[in-house]
Amino acid sequence: MIERRPYLDFFSHAILLIGVALVAFPLYVTFVASTQTAQEVAQAPMSLLPGGHFFQNYMSVLFGHGSNSAPVARMMWVSTVMALVIAIGKISISMLSAFAVVYFRFRFRMFFFWMIFVTLMLPVEVRIAPTYKVVADLGLLNTYAGLTLPLIASATATFLFRQFFLTIPDELIEAARIDGAGPMRFFKDILLPLSKTSIAALFVIQFIYGWNQYLWPLIITTHENMYPIVIGIQRMIAGGDSVTEWNLVMATALLAMIPPAAVVILMQKWFVKGLVDSEK
Amino acid sequence: MATLSFRNVTKTYAGNIAVIHGIDMDVADGEFIVIVGPSGCGKSTLMRMVAGLETVTEGDIVIDDKVVNTLEPAERDIAMVFQNYALYPHMSVFQNMAYGLKIRKFDKQDIKRRVDNAAEILEIGHLLDRRPGMLSGGQRQRVAMGRAIVREPKVFLFDEPLSNLDAKLRVQMRLEIQKLHRRLKTTSLYVTHDQVEAMTLAERMVVMNKGVVEQIGTPIQVFDKPASTFVASFIGSPPMNLIPVDIDANGGIMGASAIPLGIDPEQVPPILSNRKVILGMRPEHMRLHKPGIPVEIEMVEILGSEQLIHGRIGDTLIVVRCPVSLTKDHPIQVGDAFQIGSDGVHPLHWFDAETGKRIEA
Repeated sequence: MIERRPYLDFFSHAILLIGVALVAFPLYVTFVASTQTAQEVAQAPMSLLPGGHFFQNYMSVLFGHGSNSAPVARMMWVSTVMALVIAIGKISISMLSAFAVVYFRFRFRMFFFWMIFVTLMLPVEVRIAPTYKVVADLGLLNTYAGLTLPLIASATATFLFRQFFLTIPDELIEAARIDGAGPMRFFKDILLPLSKTSIAALFVIQFIYGWNQYLWPLIITTHENMYPIVIGIQRMIAGGDSVTEWNLVMATALLAMIPPAAVVILMQKWFVKGLVDSEK
Repeated sequence: MATLSFRNVTKTYAGNIAVIHGIDMDVADGEFIVIVGPSGCGKSTLMRMVAGLETVTEGDIVIDDKVVNTLEPAERDIAMVFQNYALYPHMSVFQNMAYGLKIRKFDKQDIKRRVDNAAEILEIGHLLDRRPGMLSGGQRQRVAMGRAIVREPKVFLFDEPLSNLDAKLRVQMRLEIQKLHRRLKTTSLYVTHDQVEAMTLAERMVVMNKGVVEQIGTPIQVFDKPASTFVASFIGSPPMNLIPVDIDANGGIMGASAIPLGIDPEQVPPILSNRKVILGMRPEHMRLHKPGIPVEIEMVEILGSEQLIHGRIGDTLIVVRCPVSLTKDHPIQVGDAFQIGSDGVHPLHWFDAETGKRIEA
C-alpha cells in the first residue's frame, strides 16, 4: 500500500483480526468443550469458558478408561505409523522412479513415464473396489501393510522429482562421472542432498495426506486396534442409540490435530524453502 | 604425465550427422594444446570424446599407448574443468576437491595433503570451508581447477573454462593457467573459441572448422603461415584481408571488376601465372599510400594508439591497422581514395581460389 492513513491501518487490522477469529473460534470451542463434562457440553448455550475436566477427559480418551471406545493413544500410534510410512514410502519410491526415468536410457523409458503419469487420473476413490479386492486376497486387511501400501505409489511426487532432476545441469553428472561416482553413488552423494528441500516439502504434504486418510482405512480396518484416529473419531460419533460424549470427541479431535500441526511447524522453514526457491 | 593420440577419430550422431571427420594428432608428454574454432566446429565434442562423455564412432583415442575408447571417464585418469565449473553446490570447497579422491579411497591424510597443496597453488586456502554459492566466478574457476589438480591426472581437459568470466578476470586467469601449466607440466587439452586465449596459451594450437582440422602448429606458425583462408580469417584481429585476384602470364594482378592492382610482379611467385587465387595481407602488414590496392575509405576506428582504416575495393572490404601518429598531420577522411600496399617486409599470402588452401611459393 502506498498511502499510509491511520484509518486504513485500522481497517486492515480489523479485517485480519476477524479472519483470525473466524479460523480460531471453532478451535477454541473444541478446546473448551474438551475440558467440560458431557452434560455441560450438551447444555445450550454451551459455556465458552474452559471447564475443570481437562486432565480427566484427556486421560480417559488417551488410555480408554471409563469410556466404551478404544484408547486414542493406540489410534494415534496407528495414524503416526501410517502417515510416516506413506510419506517416507512415497518419497523414496517416487525419487527412485524419477531417478530411473531421468538418468537411465532403457527401453520404453517414456512409455513407463507416461504410465506413471496416467495413474494421476486414478485417485484412490476410483480404484478403491479393485484395490480392496487385491488387498483382501493378499490377507492384508487390518494390517499396517494393507493400510499403507496401496497409498504409497505416487505419480505427483514422481513428476515433481522428475522436474527437479531435469533442472540439475548435465555438467554436474559429468563431473561426478569423471570423479568416479557410479549411478547410485551419484544419487546418494549429489541428488539426495540437492533434493533436501523438495523432500522436506513433500514430506509435510504427504504426512498430512497420510494422517487425514479416511475412506481407505474405513473399509480396510475392522479391528478397533487398527483404527487410525480419524476413523476413531467417526466411530465415537456414530453411536446409534448411545449418547455421544462430545467432550471426549472434542478432546480426540484436538489430539488428532497435534501431529500434523507439529510437523508443519517443525518443518516450516524447509517446507517454504522447498516450495519457493530452487536453491542451487 | 602422458602422451595423447588421436587415430583417425570420427564422430557421427544418430541420423548420420557427422560432426568430426577423421582427426589424426599426437600430443607430446606435457604439451599444452589448444583447440580453437567457431562454435559448432566439433571442438567440444572432440574433448568430450577424450573425457569419455561421448562415444567414439570410429578410430582410436590413445592415452599413454592404451586405447581408451571403451573406458569409463573415471578409468581414463583424466580431469576436466567445465565451462560452468560444475561444482557440487551442497559441498564445501574442500569436499568438492576431495570428492574424486574419496571415491578412489585415498586415505584421509593423503586427501588433506593433496587438497591443501592444490589450494595453496591456487591461493584458495582461505575458502576451503565455503560453499560454491558463496564464491565469485573467478574463485569458483579456481576451485574447479583445484578439483582437477588434486587428482594428479595424466591429462587435463579444459572446456572453455574462462568464457563465463568477465574480460579483466579472463586475462588474469589466462596467466594463472599458464603459470599452473609451467609448474605442473601436465599434458593439457584446452578448448576455446577465443583466438587470443588460443594464441597466448598454446604450445601448439589446433584450428578446427566443421569437424575438420584446418591446421596444427605453434601459434607463430599458424599466424605466419595460415594453411587455409579459414585459418587466415579466424586467427588475427582484425582478420587477414583476403582479396580474390586474377594473375596474368606476366605476374600482373587484377582485382575484382578487372581493376589492376599495383603490386610489383616481382612479389608474385611464377607458379601463380594465369591462375585465379586469393591474395592475403594482414592489416598490420600494410601501408597507406603505397602502390597496391586502390580503395575508397569507408570508416576509421581509433583504438587509442592505433587505428583501423576500413576501405573497399569492389565487394571486398580491406582493413589496415596503423599507428594514429602516422596520419596525425593528414587525418584520413571518409571518402578518400588512395592505394594501400604491402609494407615490403612481410611476405604476401596466396591461397587457391577453389580449395582455399595455402599455396607455398
